[in-house]
Amino acid sequence: MQKIVGLTGDEAVAYAAKQSSVDVVAAYPITPQTVIVEQFAQYVANGEVHTEFVCVESEHSALSACIGASLTGARVFTATASQGLALMHEMLYIASSLRCPIVMAVANRALSAPINIYADHSDMMGSRDSGWIQVYAEDAQEAYDWTLQAFDIAEKDNVMLPVSVNLDGFTISHSMEGISVLEDDAARKFLPPRPISYIVDPDRPITIGAGNNPEYYFEFKRQQEDALRRSSKAVLETARKFGAISGRKYGVLDTYGLEDADVAMVGLGSCMGTVIEAARRLRKKGAKVGAIKLWLYRPFPERELLRTLEGLKSLVVLDRSCSFGAPNGALCSDILSTLYSTNLKLKISNVIYGLGGRDMTVPMIEAIYRRALRQKKQPLKRDVRFVGVRE
Amino acid sequence: MVILKDLPAEELFLPGHRHCSGCGASMAARMALKASGKEVVVTNATGCLEVASTIYPYSSWMVPWVHTAFENAAATASGIEAAFKAMARRGGRSRVPPIISFAGDGGTFDIGMQSLSGALERGHHMLYICYDNEAYMNTGIQRSGSTPHGAATTTSHAGTKLPGKPEWKKDLIGISISHGIEYAATASVAYWNDYMTKVKKALEVKGPSVIHVLAPCPRGWRHEPADTVKIARLATQTLYFPIYEFERGAYRLNVKVPNPLPVEDFLRTQGRFSHLFKPEFSSEIQKIQDWVNANWARILNLCGETKT
Ligand SMILES: Cc1ncc(C[n+]2csc(CCOP(=O)(O)OP(=O)(O)O)c2C)c(N)n1
Repeated sequence: MQKIVGLTGDEAVAYAAKQSSVDVVAAYPITPQTVIVEQFAQYVANGEVHTEFVCVESEHSALSACIGASLTGARVFTATASQGLALMHEMLYIASSLRCPIVMAVANRALSAPINIYADHSDMMGSRDSGWIQVYAEDAQEAYDWTLQAFDIAEKDNVMLPVSVNLDGFTISHSMEGISVLEDDAARKFLPPRPISYIVDPDRPITIGAGNNPEYYFEFKRQQEDALRRSSKAVLETARKFGAISGRKYGVLDTYGLEDADVAMVGLGSCMGTVIEAARRLRKKGAKVGAIKLWLYRPFPERELLRTLEGLKSLVVLDRSCSFGAPNGALCSDILSTLYSTNLKLKISNVIYGLGGRDMTVPMIEAIYRRALRQKKQPLKRDVRFVGVRE
Repeated sequence: MVILKDLPAEELFLPGHRHCSGCGASMAARMALKASGKEVVVTNATGCLEVASTIYPYSSWMVPWVHTAFENAAATASGIEAAFKAMARRGGRSRVPPIISFAGDGGTFDIGMQSLSGALERGHHMLYICYDNEAYMNTGIQRSGSTPHGAATTTSHAGTKLPGKPEWKKDLIGISISHGIEYAATASVAYWNDYMTKVKKALEVKGPSVIHVLAPCPRGWRHEPADTVKIARLATQTLYFPIYEFERGAYRLNVKVPNPLPVEDFLRTQGRFSHLFKPEFSSEIQKIQDWVNANWARILNLCGETKT
C-alpha cells in the first residue's frame, strides 16, 4: 500500500530520509537545498526521528561531521548544493576514501561567479572524480525513490561508498508533485536501521586515516576504484529489491523509443522528461527518435549504455555544465571514450544547455532532434553547440 | 594534582614513532592519554602529530584514532559524538566515550578556528587540545597566528628590514572562553602534573573544554632536543607563557612565578630569535618584554592575584 502525497522534490527527499532511520544529519543551508534540512529539522523538533541533528557552521564541517559519524558506525545523511558542494570538495574525497556510506542529496545549482541559484550540473560535475556513487533524478518521485535506495546501495558490505542523489534545483527541488510514498513499515522493511556495530570503538581501537607514503597509497586507490566499479551491480540489486516493494522500476539507465530509433538523445536529470516529451511528439509524426536517461553517472554504466546504442545512427549528448577548455562536455567525453574501444559507428554531437537555470523547451529539443536527423555524416571538427544562449 | 605514582605504567601512545627527538607535541599526546585512560576517542588534525605517529601500516595510538583533514578536528569530533548519542537511542552503547581532539597551532589558531568555534558553540562533549609549537612545523616552519612577534619562520624571515614576524600571538583562551564554555586552560609539557590534572578535569566537564599546551619544537625553535622541557619551563618562568585555568567563571593562576626572569632569557635559548640580539633589532626585545608584562598583568588581574 502506498499513498499519494503532494511534495516538492526537497520535501520528498526529507521524507525519504525520515523513513531511512538516519542516525546523524549534519548540514548547512544553501538554496535550493535548504528546504531539505529545514524539513528534517522539523521532524527532529517533533520527535518523529531518533536522529542527532548537528547544525554545523559550514559545509566543510558538515561533511567532516558526517565522516566522523559514519566512521563511528552511524547511518548518515546530508544535503547541499553549488557553493556548498564546492566548499566540501576536500572532504568529498576523504568520505569516499575512508569508505563512508554517507548519503547526500545535491539540489544541483550553478556555480559562482556570477552568483546564480538556479539549476545546472556544474556543482556535481566539478566533483565527478571524487569517488562517490552519483545518481540523477528526473523528478521528485525519483528523488524520493533514489534517496531510499541510496542507503541500501551505500551500506552494502562490498560497496561502503558514499552516494550523491542529484536533483535539479527548483525544477525538481521546489516543484510540487503527487508522489507515491511507501508506508513507514514498508520503508523499514526495505531499509532496516544500520546494524549496530562500532568502527570507532574504545574496546577495539583502530587507527583511521593514517599517513601513507608511496609504498601503500596506490593500492588503496586501486581498491577504491574496484569498489566503485563493482557498485553498479549493487545499484541493480537494490533497484530490483525496491521494484518488488514499490512497483517502480529502476536501474542504471532508462530508455524511450529505442526499438527503432535512428537518433537518440542522452542526458541526466529533469531535462530528460522534456526530451521524452519532444521525442513523443516527433515520433507521432513518424520521426525515428528516442532517448536515454542515465540514472547512474558514477560508476559510468558503460556496458548498459553500449547495449542501448546498437542500431543508432546518431547520438546527441546533453551536458548541463561546461568543462571549460575541454574538447566536450563531461558526459560527452565519457561517452566518446566509452565508444572508442568499440566498433559502433555513430555520429556524436554535444549540446551544452541550461546553464544557470536557462530553460530547455520542447521546441528547442525538437530542433536538436531534427538537426541530428538531417545530418548525413560526422563533421571532421568537434560538434559541440551551446543551445539556448545569445551568442 | 596528579602525582607520579598515580600514573598508569601502560602506554597508550607508543614509542617507535617518527617524531623528532625532543618533540614537544608527542610528549603532549602521551601525557594526555596517560591522564585520560583508554576509554577515549581521539581525532587529530593534519600536522606533525598526525603525520609522525601514523605512517601506515604503523600507528602509535592504542585508542581509537581518526584523522580526516587539517582544519576539521573539532567538526570530525562533533560527528563522532553525535553518532554515539544517536546509536545509544536505538540500542547501542549507553556511554558516549570522551573525545579528545588534537590539533597544532596552525590547525587551531588559523585554518581550524571556524570548525573549533562551531563545535564550542554547539556544546559537544569534547576536549580540544591545541599543542602549540608556534608555527606550521609539518610543512617546514611557517608562521601561524600563534607565532610570537619577532620569531623568524620560513614565511616571516628575519631579513635586513624585518625582524621576523611583525604581528603578535592571538589569545586562544580568551577566544575559547568567549564561547561560554565551562573549562579552558593553558598548560605546558614542562609542568606535566599540572597538564595531566587539567586533562582529567577537562574530561569531566559537561560540554566542550579547551587546553592550550605549549609544546616546543627543537627544529622550528632551533634549540637542542635535550632542552625542550627546560625551554618550556623558561617560557613560564619568564612570564612569556602563563599557566592558568578558567573554570565556570573563575580564573586561577596555576603556576606562580615569584621571581620572574627577563624574557630575554627565554629568547636567547632559541635560534628563531637570534637576530633580535643584533644591534639593528635590539629595540624588539624591549617590545616583547612590554607585551609580556602587559599580558601578565592582564592574567594576574583575571586570576585575582595582586602579585606573584
Ligand atoms: C587544507 C590544507 N591546507 C594546507 C595543508 C598543508 N599542511 C599540512 S600540515 C600543515 C601545518 C600544520 O601546522 P600546525 O597545525 O601548527 O601543526 P604542526 O605541524 O606544527 O604540528 C599544513 C600547512 C593541508 N594539509 N590542508
